[in-house]
Amino acid sequence: MMKHFLICIVAAFLLASCDFLLPPAPVAEDTLAEPLEGLTEAQQANHIQGDTEFARSFGVADGLGPMFNAPSCESCHIGDGKGHALTTLIRFGRMNGATFDPMTAHGGPQLQNRSIAGYLPETLPTLATGVTRLLPPAVTGLGYLAAVSDETLLALADPDDLNGDGISGVPNYDEPPDFFEPLPMHKPLNGRYIGRFGRKAGAIDLLQQTAAAYRNDMGITSDFIMQDLANVQTGAFTGDNVPDPEVSASVVRNVVFYLRTLKAPPRRNANATDVKAGEQIFARIGCAGCHVPTLKTGASDIAVLNEVEFHPYTDLLLHDMGAELDDKYTEGSAKTAEWRTTPLWGVGLSAQSQGGAATYLHDGRARTLPEAIQAHGGEASRSRTRFNALTGSEKQQLITFLQSL
Amino acid sequence: MKTVTFFICFLVIAFPVFAQDNKDSTQMQTRSVVPQNATTQNATTQDAVYRRPFITSFANTSIGGYAEANTNYFVQDGVTEGFSMEMRRFNLFIFSSISSRIKLLSEIEFERGTEAISIETALVDFEIDPALTLRGGIILPPVGAFNLRHDSPLYEIVERPLVATQIIPSTLSSVGFGVYGRYFFGDFIATYDAYIVNGLQDGIILNAEGRTFLQAGKVKEIFSESNNGVPAFTGKVALRKRGLGEIGASYYGGIYNRFRRDGITVDAQRSLHIVALDANATIGKVLLQGEAAMSIVDVPESAGEFYGRRQWGAYLDAVVPVWTGAVLDYTAATVNATLRVEHVDYNVGQFAATGGNIGDEVTAGAVGISFRPTPNTVFRLNYRQEFIRDLLGNVPVRRAGVQFGFATYF
Repeated sequence: MMKHFLICIVAAFLLASCDFLLPPAPVAEDTLAEPLEGLTEAQQANHIQGDTEFARSFGVADGLGPMFNAPSCESCHIGDGKGHALTTLIRFGRMNGATFDPMTAHGGPQLQNRSIAGYLPETLPTLATGVTRLLPPAVTGLGYLAAVSDETLLALADPDDLNGDGISGVPNYDEPPDFFEPLPMHKPLNGRYIGRFGRKAGAIDLLQQTAAAYRNDMGITSDFIMQDLANVQTGAFTGDNVPDPEVSASVVRNVVFYLRTLKAPPRRNANATDVKAGEQIFARIGCAGCHVPTLKTGASDIAVLNEVEFHPYTDLLLHDMGAELDDKYTEGSAKTAEWRTTPLWGVGLSAQSQGGAATYLHDGRARTLPEAIQAHGGEASRSRTRFNALTGSEKQQLITFLQSL
Repeated sequence: MKTVTFFICFLVIAFPVFAQDNKDSTQMQTRSVVPQNATTQNATTQDAVYRRPFITSFANTSIGGYAEANTNYFVQDGVTEGFSMEMRRFNLFIFSSISSRIKLLSEIEFERGTEAISIETALVDFEIDPALTLRGGIILPPVGAFNLRHDSPLYEIVERPLVATQIIPSTLSSVGFGVYGRYFFGDFIATYDAYIVNGLQDGIILNAEGRTFLQAGKVKEIFSESNNGVPAFTGKVALRKRGLGEIGASYYGGIYNRFRRDGITVDAQRSLHIVALDANATIGKVLLQGEAAMSIVDVPESAGEFYGRRQWGAYLDAVVPVWTGAVLDYTAATVNATLRVEHVDYNVGQFAATGGNIGDEVTAGAVGISFRPTPNTVFRLNYRQEFIRDLLGNVPVRRAGVQFGFATYF
């Protein structure tokens, strides 16, 4: 009998040792949440620290709120991928003559529609004439985008459409926050810097984007933005009773480093015949005029990001998308109909982080890629017309290509 | 619908035991699968706090306890933190028979070394009659069965059932007062419990878990004062058929938030309700035990859909003795094989914006083989697999691993 017992134990151990019982890593081609290859061990340690902070959920005792949109970074960017209607941000403002008013006196420009107990969240002011809903973007590959020099972006810009292709492309010049740390790659104009993050390119660098997200999305103050949120609509300036800053500068910097060192979204089936054909159609009908396939980073303090080519399918510039996507809301020097070209890398993995049902465009209004293409007006209308003129199989090849990104 | 289906399945499994005539209960008792104070015997769940090994002599004061340690090796989607060991619990019991009708029982827990030290139980019972005993102090609210019968040596699986830690926040201790008792009729024992307690507090939402998490409502202050001055109520009724099994239904509920400060109302009164069903039975050689619970939490609209308004979970263990015999000095050693299936859903419902199902759920299974040289000591080898689905319902993360450990009364 003892023999049977021992056999059982040994068998159980052997079974448990088998690979099929211990879950293997998902296929790298389908995974977003991985660090860049080639980081040093110290950089990997920093990456993991940032990862931990990125995943951290804040509670009332940690300083969440008093108003917020989500309790953690990961709530909006699950698996580092694109967000969901649950965490769509609402921003608002109104035109004051020719000037856009972000309505800060009414709690703008971001609506904090959630709050801790005993505190009222904001409501959308009836005076707002511009209201936009912003789906959280995927955060992979941001280190590459951050490392592209302003010079490169300015070379892509064609504000007066001198080449006559119908596509202009202008940089969004933003007022830098007081903690902005300019790099040699930045080329300011009248004290403003080129924005590249956010749907309107309203943030100049990842530090600004991250510190603002801590404060505006989660109600978490940091050494960079010490002032907690307050509901000006109700006159409640009492905050959340947690001393500020609620996180230190190093916490925010860890998250920034994490974002900088996430790998680029992986390609799938890049060499498949239909994908190749779709890629050619993508260029032929003019999509690549804004969704520029290849960019090159400038000098970077992270060796693997230093002067390397990558394929984000964006030019990080603003383009007039016409009345179809004009939410009458804007940031920085962008006009209300102008949107920063959304990087298309990772678009084929959208559904993985959106609960299995992908949505597209800045507010997730499109359920399919063809639907998203149909919403492209303004500078993109010529490409849309060409898309509509494609045969059914050509359209499918284009979609197959996009799904491979 | 999924919830209802699970409850029905649970009851279908649990109820037939009462329809069976167990003609061999004596034999079952000698074939000890788990300790004497566990479910194969005639002790009710209500007895669990007293039916621990050290109390058998009923001397004036006795000291006992249990210890539990285990190894962990888990892999989550190809990533592992490697092999580690933990001293999960070292608990001390003190029992005193103060007089013929007055008893004191306490349990002090050292969790993961000295990471958490807490008094889990410190209660005094005054028995007027078996049908009516007054109880007060730090009690174990009788919600579900596991909260009352949580000692590690009683179980063949290292991990506690998810429903008993994530939905019912076991081990849940509260300061409270109430009554319990039992009635005997024929082969049946009916028990009841009813207490008022300091309830779970504000942290169950808007906490560092980012979800409704009842464990986070167990704040230290729960032993000293209520945060809102409104006691929670907890009660249970159970029916045991001698030599066969038991079924129980229980409730825990009250106002969890601090809605009033200095006499001024600062928030609406927000309620929490937990309802639970538990059952155990021995059918042939197989011990079945399980529990299902649902919580309903009044979450302010402004907190958003991150925080579940309804949660539920259930588990079922099947324990089969595969060998009994003599080993070394032990004349009735037992080897048991165990299967556990379980599920918890932290956030039942649909997203308002899309109508899609809210995820945030875990489905798990474990198989184990355990060796009991005596009923009070168990060596356990478990394999466990979990499927963890995030809030949005994306493809679940898979986590699996092996645990080996022991748990023993002393």
